[in-house]
Amino acid sequence: MTLDAVAFWGLAVLLVGSALAVVLTKNLFHAVLWLALALTGTAGVFLLLDAEFLAAVQLLLYAGGIVTIAVFAIVVTERLVGERISQTSRRIGGGAVVVLALLWAIVSAITERPLAVVRPPMADDLTQTLGETVLTRFVLPFELLAVLMLAALMGALYFARPDD
Amino acid sequence: MGLQAYLTLAAVVFCIGLFGVITRRNTIGILLGIELMLNSVNINLVAFARFSGDVTGMVFTIFTICITVAEAALGLAIVILLFRVRRTVTADHLDLLKG
Repeated sequence: MTLDAVAFWGLAVLLVGSALAVVLTKNLFHAVLWLALALTGTAGVFLLLDAEFLAAVQLLLYAGGIVTIAVFAIVVTERLVGERISQTSRRIGGGAVVVLALLWAIVSAITERPLAVVRPPMADDLTQTLGETVLTRFVLPFELLAVLMLAALMGALYFARPDD
Repeated sequence: MGLQAYLTLAAVVFCIGLFGVITRRNTIGILLGIELMLNSVNINLVAFARFSGDVTGMVFTIFTICITVAEAALGLAIVILLFRVRRTVTADHLDLLKG
């Protein structure tokens, strides 16, 4: 096995294992910590795909931002109610059937067609190319994204207002 | 590793996230499952971008990451607000709009 394959399989085991722990563990706080591990594993997959900038963004925004917000939400809802949130699941059998059927459909669709194995060469400095593409060809979605972030910020502020 | 391996990995993670969304009772747990699903889609986008030699997929990954963060912030803010009003975060108990 080449080094690439070893790294891929290691990251795949880490990612699938921590993802399973996110949906199966009883303690919700532990689930968030497993989610942080899964998101970090995804950053590793991005590194394998030569996307260093995206790996950094993934770590900063996902593993840093979302995990912090989720921990905050758990702490707030748990403290106010004065008891631990017991994390029970329901409909495990039906959910497993639906999910396995979907997985079978996707994987059979993936294996049906011949897919690329060789990586075509890309620009030497992918981060620079990304920045140039965002600010030239995709400048309109980029600005729309800024509007969306502003709307999300205003919405979060509205939700967080004190009771009157 | 070829494109097929990355797509299969993303499909597996997506299905695990969907399983969490279906089976979790707690609203925050459901949101964590949605995060997993969105995350696996990012793997797909980056893998397709890398194996087709086109940077567009990576640009869209930046967009989806930003939208996901906004979604998570608003979703959890709604959860906290629901908790302040109804004193529960269990999805089955939030049945005010039940038809």
